Amino acid sequence: MTTATQTIEQLAGQKYKYGFYTDIESDTAPAGLSEETIAFISHKKNEPDWLLEMRLKAYRHFITLTEPNWAKLSCKPIDLHSISYYSAPKSKADGPKTLDEVDPKLLETYEKLGIPLNEQKVLAGVVAVDAVFDSVSVATTFKGKLKELGVIFCSFSEAVQEYPDLVRKYMGSVVPHTDNYFAALNSAVFTDGSFVFVPKGVKCPMELSTYFRINEMNTGQFERTLIVAEEGATVSYLEGCTAPMRDENQMHAAVVELVALERANIKYSTVQNWYPGDEEGRGGIYNFVTKRGICKGNDSKISWTQVETGSAVTWKYPSVILRGDRSVGEFYSVAVTNNCQQADTGTKMIHIGKDTRSNIVSKGISAGRSNNSYRGLVQVNRGASNARNYTQCDSMLMGNSCGAHTFPYIDVRNQTGKVEHEATTTKIGEDQIFYLQSRGISDEDAVAMIVNGFCREVLAELPMEFAVEAQKLLSISLEGSVG
Amino acid sequence: MLEIKGLKAQIEGNEILHGLNLTVNPGEVHAIMGPNGSGKSTLARVIAGSEDYEVTGGDILFEGESILELAPDERAQKGLFMAFQYPVEIPGVSNTYFLRQALNSIRKARGLEELTGKEFLAHAREKARLVELPDDLLKRSVNVGFSGGEKKRNEIFQMAVLEPKFSILDETDSGLDIDALRIVANGVNKLRGSDRSIVVVTHYQRLLQYIVPDVVHVLVDGRIAKTGGKELAEQLEEVGYSWVNGEMKTAQTANA
Repeated sequence: MTTATQTIEQLAGQKYKYGFYTDIESDTAPAGLSEETIAFISHKKNEPDWLLEMRLKAYRHFITLTEPNWAKLSCKPIDLHSISYYSAPKSKADGPKTLDEVDPKLLETYEKLGIPLNEQKVLAGVVAVDAVFDSVSVATTFKGKLKELGVIFCSFSEAVQEYPDLVRKYMGSVVPHTDNYFAALNSAVFTDGSFVFVPKGVKCPMELSTYFRINEMNTGQFERTLIVAEEGATVSYLEGCTAPMRDENQMHAAVVELVALERANIKYSTVQNWYPGDEEGRGGIYNFVTKRGICKGNDSKISWTQVETGSAVTWKYPSVILRGDRSVGEFYSVAVTNNCQQADTGTKMIHIGKDTRSNIVSKGISAGRSNNSYRGLVQVNRGASNARNYTQCDSMLMGNSCGAHTFPYIDVRNQTGKVEHEATTTKIGEDQIFYLQSRGISDEDAVAMIVNGFCREVLAELPMEFAVEAQKLLSISLEGSVG
Repeated sequence: MLEIKGLKAQIEGNEILHGLNLTVNPGEVHAIMGPNGSGKSTLARVIAGSEDYEVTGGDILFEGESILELAPDERAQKGLFMAFQYPVEIPGVSNTYFLRQALNSIRKARGLEELTGKEFLAHAREKARLVELPDDLLKRSVNVGFSGGEKKRNEIFQMAVLEPKFSILDETDSGLDIDALRIVANGVNKLRGSDRSIVVVTHYQRLLQYIVPDVVHVLVDGRIAKTGGKELAEQLEEVGYSWVNGEMKTAQTANA
């Protein structure tokens, strides 16, 4: 057997390292999807009437839809009636106000995940963490410091209570409930998520990060995140996820909306490491996410960076609507699939304003029996003169049983548009592994090094602290740790 | 240092080495010459542990112990090194990062402290001067966009950084112009030492004007056909390999 094959087989045999389960009593809604369930959630969260109306409207639209099947994914249909739509750890009447009040078991879980919620980190002032545990945000730090600058960073539920006008103004303005099946579902039953508002001219002084974690058996997760950067504002947001070991498929259907006004700059980075299922494809998260940003004002910029290593099924296309003149959209992606994982991911860049630019760099790595697809749309509208796009799409195959696919859609309606697409497919070379090994590097580390090199352009886009974690995750997903 | 006994190796069922014997003592520099297809590169790759080849007989002893069961990285950790005839490109991985990982893997395996970034850089810069490797090649991705000469120089640079006990250079001279050849040869000469052994695999006698070997072997058809001093290389240059071929055939006939 060759070294490469052996390495890949070792990688494929790698157990999910973050599989553990925290036992916390929870206040879970009975399984099933109905107007009653939605009213229950809305009531639990003490929501205003307009929001309940919005949910019901979305639900009524949702029941007219059928699950999309155009993606290169094959998965069992999801029984939406077996999912529980609300689960929150029990807490005191008022909810925790400081970390000391937080259930120590939750903190322990975060500790195991290496989430920087500890005191040192707080004192260091590096990252503000809005930690979402299942459906309710249990701890938010740094709020005070951010508040001085007028930056709002809180859970979505809190924003609904405290800043209803802002939420009402922007929610659904980028991803309307009519957008797609999963967005409609999310709009009806979303539970919590994050809200960020950066006022005019403010550069948010720290990276904002949220760690999502699915923990409750049979609880679908329906986060809702909204980030608004006003004129001249700058913000960088990090999202990272891991999930405990589980036998049944769990569905995850988030909606993330970004709004950048004139000269605003939003950077959104994700490291996703949800449970991918076992070697035979049992279990694992179904991840159907709608992420979209709008460069509403002139000279604004939105940049998505994602490292996707987890989930049994990934369906995700973080997109940018380039409405403002001279606005810029970027998408940097690494997607790793192993064993029986399936990923259909990419982006949409919709050029509407003049002199708009977009840049797409996608790196797909397939191992085991997995399938990894890039699907992207570059659309240049009639009025978008001098629009530019550059797309680079590279796939790396490991072993002989996996698949890499590229589906680029290009739709140019303005003659001054310039769109470039480059794609490569490579197989991880045995000669490369032998070369590194002959210098004393183990086969596993060699694969990690080659894969990290392959992804370097994307990893370079991540904030430093995240880049290290991302390399670790690439390692974990492919090896006893491929980087 | 290195002792090869009756080594037989095949690739995809074709036997390339038919019982090869070779002994290299500490501090010696040997040259292995031979026509195309005689098995020179196979020998180098089998010593390094390439899994493309299957060893079907004989043994390779390094410091008295068989290394046949060891993976290529374990061999490197013991102090073996091969300079590749065709160095491989690793996009996105800087030369410095790669070599630091390599050196630290070797040090770790020997129970030594790993070098910090700063310590490594000082070590690497010193060795880079040895082979006149420009600084920017340290930062660039491993062998990506390197000229043929730069790739070969990079191999000798790696050898200098890793400080192996035994090195085999697989046609390091091929594709080099005369200046590059001199630089590479100077580098190798500076690495000669009483505790190090080097085997230079080459097609032409040219390289041996710069790296003067203690012993010259002629490899023909998977066996060492002739062994001698440095004058053997000159002799070969004059009369060609057919002379050795003919001599070997005569010998075989006589033995039969």
